[in-house]
Amino acid sequence: MSEIFHSPRGMFIAALFIILICVLIWATWYGRRLARTEVTDLVFGNPMKALGGYHWVISGVSTVLLLWLYFSWDAARAFFPNAANELCQVAKVESAVIPMRTAFPFEERLLRGTNLLNRDNTQLDILRARAKGNAFDETQQAQLGALVDRLASLQTSLASPDSLSPETTAKLDDIASRIDAATEKLNLGELSDAQLTAIANARENQPGWGQGKTEVPGDPVTERGALFDAIAPELTEIAKEYIDVRNNSPAFLDNVAALETDIAALGKSVPAVDDFRKQLNKMLKRIDDGAVFPPGALDKVEQSLANLHEVQIEKKGSLNWIDAFAMPGGKILSGNTACSEQGSGRWLPKPSDTVATFARLANPSIGFKNIPLLSIKQKPLAEMAGFLIPDWIADLVPGEYPRHQADGTIGENLKSKVLNIATGNFPSISVPVPTGHIWDSIMRVVAGLFFGIVLGVPLGLLMGLSRLAKGFFDPLIELYRPVPPLAWAPLILTIFGIQDDGKIFLLFMVAFAIMVISARTGATGTQLSKIHASHSLGASRWQILRNVILPNSLPEILTGIRISIGVCWGTLVAAEMLAGTTGIGFVENVARKQSDYEIIWITIIILGLLGLIFDLIMRWVIDKTIPWRGKG
Amino acid sequence: MSDLIADHVDMTFTMPSGEQVHALKDVSFTLKEGELLSVLGPSGCGKTTLLNLIAGFLRPTGGRIELNGAEIDGPGVERGMVFQQGALFEWLTVSENVDFGLRMKKSPKAINRQKVEEWLEIVGLQGFGDTPTYQLSGGMQQRVALARCLINDPDVILMDEPLGALDALTREKMQSLVLKIWKETGKTIMIITHSVEEALLLGERLFVMAPRPGRLHKEYNLPFAEMGLKQDLRDVKHDAQFGEVREEILSMIWNMEEEIMGKSA
Repeated sequence: MSEIFHSPRGMFIAALFIILICVLIWATWYGRRLARTEVTDLVFGNPMKALGGYHWVISGVSTVLLLWLYFSWDAARAFFPNAANELCQVAKVESAVIPMRTAFPFEERLLRGTNLLNRDNTQLDILRARAKGNAFDETQQAQLGALVDRLASLQTSLASPDSLSPETTAKLDDIASRIDAATEKLNLGELSDAQLTAIANARENQPGWGQGKTEVPGDPVTERGALFDAIAPELTEIAKEYIDVRNNSPAFLDNVAALETDIAALGKSVPAVDDFRKQLNKMLKRIDDGAVFPPGALDKVEQSLANLHEVQIEKKGSLNWIDAFAMPGGKILSGNTACSEQGSGRWLPKPSDTVATFARLANPSIGFKNIPLLSIKQKPLAEMAGFLIPDWIADLVPGEYPRHQADGTIGENLKSKVLNIATGNFPSISVPVPTGHIWDSIMRVVAGLFFGIVLGVPLGLLMGLSRLAKGFFDPLIELYRPVPPLAWAPLILTIFGIQDDGKIFLLFMVAFAIMVISARTGATGTQLSKIHASHSLGASRWQILRNVILPNSLPEILTGIRISIGVCWGTLVAAEMLAGTTGIGFVENVARKQSDYEIIWITIIILGLLGLIFDLIMRWVIDKTIPWRGKG
Repeated sequence: MSDLIADHVDMTFTMPSGEQVHALKDVSFTLKEGELLSVLGPSGCGKTTLLNLIAGFLRPTGGRIELNGAEIDGPGVERGMVFQQGALFEWLTVSENVDFGLRMKKSPKAINRQKVEEWLEIVGLQGFGDTPTYQLSGGMQQRVALARCLINDPDVILMDEPLGALDALTREKMQSLVLKIWKETGKTIMIITHSVEEALLLGERLFVMAPRPGRLHKEYNLPFAEMGLKQDLRDVKHDAQFGEVREEILSMIWNMEEEIMGKSA
């Protein structure tokens, strides 16, 4: 089932990828040809030179889409649907041997033993210097110095070939030969019948790359993958044993025990000595795990690991190239339970998945957290009446609310009937109303803007006309306006609640300040001659305000609204992220917590598109309502 | 009784820096009903201040101005204004501009429409009623401003350099229009101008004002406005007397300007 669903999607993306490349090449070629053949008398710097050029638009859009398909690994998935599964098997081997490999200078600079000696010698030098310090008397200095020297010689003794016990040598040889055996198995490339059946089974039943709940399903679906998968458990086991191998001969352990006793004998009575004792103990604990081996003792293991790596690369074959070029900016990682994409393949969702997820979210019966993104819902009119009519109206009706009777029933009177109407508790017809996350966000912005405009514009006009109003309100508004709206959010949300009230009030504050300032600018910008003319034409104060100053301020007011929409939109999303249970910001916040990059990107795209639509609407309104702007 | 009387009008402005500027000093005159007055003078002689005082946008610091026997107290419809740039309401159409005053009075719409048609015809804008004013040329805008002012049937029309921003040809046409309106309506008109020729053509009476402090310097009674009603304005300008008076006033203003320059130097 999933296979059928997958393969057309993969084919579609593959075809799209090829078409986009062709389109990009064509548009670029066309543009270059046009630039060569077009004879133009426009000099450099003439803005006319930037007009037209739809082919460059095509070229730009294709480039963006191609980059998206490429870096999200959607193209890789379309062309190499099994690559992630195979790389997952390789990753299993890699994560199995990584504990062993880190001990050797493969990815590190130094052999681990060398590194430890380096670090410990520096520490011992510091201790030696401190032992000579004037915090101690001469006997103490001698005593402590001797202990440091014994620690140093204990450390150095590990590097001596004599220290290595025959058991340890045997263990290391065993590990090296077992790695060799695994390498040989990988190199031979033979699979048992059981393994072949398992591959066929996985092909049949396991969801493909990016289709199931697991990003990259783990069972191998190719023979190449199965070879890696087969040796991974054995290598994990070997690595575990290798980590336990210590250079701790009986003689070394005796020395450690003796030193431990002598250090403990320093006692806790003198604080300075006690402090030094603790440091010596810490140093001993570092040395006593025997992680330093004589030079050459680990050569066999190192050689075996290097061989394994070589065979691994050889056996990966074409996967090396797919990994490097088709899946840029990251790799497939093998975790404890499953394989996953990491890097740009992870945080940049694949276009095909994004579209599928969007289609799923857009379905009103699924939505996000049981709330659709945008949909129509039947809502009883009574609910709206209950919302609009304040409940306290019922309290004004004379009389008392009915109490329950002895038989448990509750009677009705006028007071309770009024209360029912005020709370919307009566049968009524239902009307369709929009609902959903997107609608909630839009309504919050619209409500905030509405109150901002209705209160801000009159106050702004008044402040532009009256010395009293300007002087009185200016400090208030200028003090709260420069505060970033989000700085108000915690306070406002606490006072007004995390539901719509708080957010609408926050947006109101944002829109209000902008509207006051723009209306005021508009009012002060009215030409004096127009005011004089309207006085001479017999207009009253109110008529001048309504018919001259208000229309004259419209350009500034509309620009203010346009700015307010942008700022409100930004503030709203941030406020929804802080608190609440619906809205685009809420969706994005939940998606962020779940690291669901597809939904994060979908919300980003929705926000961008809605912002664009709002702005286009405002531009249209501005064009329609104030065509005279700048022409007076 | 509907004379415009200025009686020892004094106007002193106090600048934000505390400096006192004596804009008008002891200005007295009587303008009889139906007279056409033009006021001329170098810049800064208080012409516009005088007009603003009559319009009621300012109040004199001394003396009084009367119209129809009542002291002027604030702006009113009986004193119509025409400004240099038209000061039209660009968000309204031509006819909405013209009937602005009527709408403010809440006069019946049917009557308004009829009056607007009449006045648009008088100023030569028939058919432009629904045009947005910002699409009109400067001359046409000034015609709208005239109609907007006249539709209110004011007793006095005050014009503040109404033709200053127009090109020569349009200006001449508008001058004829002003004369025609003056003749046909019999309104008292007071025109402030920078142009000596215009002042001579559009002035039955002509005041030349002098600066610092602004005051009436000399008064002329001229026949050219009457002549302009009967013959072409260009012919009037070629009249010998016209040339004589023009030269006299020009040198008068020239001397005043030189005096100012000398003072400030």
